[in-house]
Amino acid sequence: MSWLSPQEWQAVELSLRVAAVATACSLPFGIVTAFILARYRFPGRELLNGLVHLPLILPPVVTGYLLLLAFGRRGVFGEPLGKVGIVFAFNWTGAALAAGIMAFPLMVRAIRLSIEAVDPKLEAAAATLGASPLRVFVTITLPLALPGILAGAVLAFAKAMGEFGATITFVSNIPGQTQTLPSAIYALLQVPGAEPQAMRLIVISIIVAMGALILSEMLARRLQRRISA
Amino acid sequence: MTLDIAIRHRFADLKLEVAFTAANGVTALFGPSGAGKTTIANAVAGLLRPDAGRVAINGRILCGAGVWVPPHRRRLAYVFQEARLFPHLSVRANLLYGAKGAAALPHISDLLGIAHLLDRRPARLSGGERQRVALGRALLSKPELLIMDEPLAALDGPRKAEILPYLERLAAEAALPILYVSHSVAEVVRLADRVALITEGKLAGFGPPAELFASPELAQALGPRISGAVLEGRLAAHDPDGLARIETPAGQLFLPVDGAVGSSLRIRIMAEDVLLSRTVPQHLSALNILPARVLGMSGGGPMVSVRLSLQDGSLLLARITARSVSTLGLKAGTEVQAVIKSAALLDHS
Repeated sequence: MSWLSPQEWQAVELSLRVAAVATACSLPFGIVTAFILARYRFPGRELLNGLVHLPLILPPVVTGYLLLLAFGRRGVFGEPLGKVGIVFAFNWTGAALAAGIMAFPLMVRAIRLSIEAVDPKLEAAAATLGASPLRVFVTITLPLALPGILAGAVLAFAKAMGEFGATITFVSNIPGQTQTLPSAIYALLQVPGAEPQAMRLIVISIIVAMGALILSEMLARRLQRRISA
Repeated sequence: MTLDIAIRHRFADLKLEVAFTAANGVTALFGPSGAGKTTIANAVAGLLRPDAGRVAINGRILCGAGVWVPPHRRRLAYVFQEARLFPHLSVRANLLYGAKGAAALPHISDLLGIAHLLDRRPARLSGGERQRVALGRALLSKPELLIMDEPLAALDGPRKAEILPYLERLAAEAALPILYVSHSVAEVVRLADRVALITEGKLAGFGPPAELFASPELAQALGPRISGAVLEGRLAAHDPDGLARIETPAGQLFLPVDGAVGSSLRIRIMAEDVLLSRTVPQHLSALNILPARVLGMSGGGPMVSVRLSLQDGSLLLARITARSVSTLGLKAGTEVQAVIKSAALLDHS
């Protein structure tokens, strides 16, 4: 892609990597959290639900700052993690962490809806056939909720691609390190006369987002057909 | 093998309290909708935790005395009213879901006539096929106890007729207790060895279907529409006019039924379809008249249930008016002729 400068290309590549890692790493947690919220009633359920949704309702800059406090070089988790070589602060992994956390509520909501749509009667039937709760989850609940899980993952990927506020607060805007697509667009818009370059990245953002959406629709339709036909 | 049930459970408006023992063969949980039949079945399966009580198979406690065995460790199988097949799995994968291996698959799928469906998805099966797959899936899990909750209720007449023979064969062959929840007399009489009559959460009667359905004490609980008697007989001959001659220990019956000569039949006679006469009636259109003796009467008001003993001692129930009872001078010991207006054929074998 010759019409992209190396720096622009870096931003695109970094954004894809950040979004992919954020989605992949948060997906198992998202499924487990969604399953717990969908299937269990316990004290503290509302608290968990609120906690999951917090990034959705807090100003992103607040989430980013809280991440900095927790996972910064001197943060509660950041300092011990740094000693074992896991550094989030001003690193692309930090951008992935921020994107993952910001996308988490959307992911959990979509997956939770799809798990709630799985008929508990089928799970009960599986249990009477001798399947342990884990086997029921893996062989019945998970496959039946797959279209929704896929939708949740794509939604999270799109959100992670576009995450800006928490990311720039937590890991700043270092070209090649933490400068994702939105950060790059923002930076370009600060420079007089760089609007054509910004426009190119904006078009790329739209293409990636639309492509992800269409792909997920197609996959979900196919999975749905497999289930119901 | 035996299944011991003694449970207490409180629902919103139902106080369930039953205790009985089910041996090998089919024990029907019979009663009106909302009586608590499915609740009992679910408590046995472990899908519901009763407030108190005990469920045990062969002395192995499943619940009670501080023990709670989760459903997947109870070694039972459950056939639900809706087949509950797993929509994302093929018929084959559904059948093998609870099985230890595929060794018994050919036998079971032949038995149930589903061998040609193995590669299909449940969505492409008819209702009757689905229920047969559900039955096969339950059997392949090699349960110690089989629970069936109205397995035919969601099917129309022809589909029911399609499955009943399989259930009958299963009931005859299976060496395990089968709990069969139903509110259909026809199904229960056809399949059950024993009936546990459940009304309003209580055990209102327990015994063989022929006895239970002819019991005047239960006529009230059952309602006059479904009380009646069951006669066993043998198809002796087909007469040229199309009627079949059926020999029962209580006498001969003529009914318009098909079937091979020599096959045995069960016939249900509803209390409402029996007339009584002091003499052998002449010039009457009814063909089936059996001599009987009055055992007793029950019920107040204008309608009375009369319990009769036929020649061989089997029970017959007649529902007639109190006025006829006094006109005919009926009392215990009176010899009468029971005129049977119609009889339903329950099964062939």
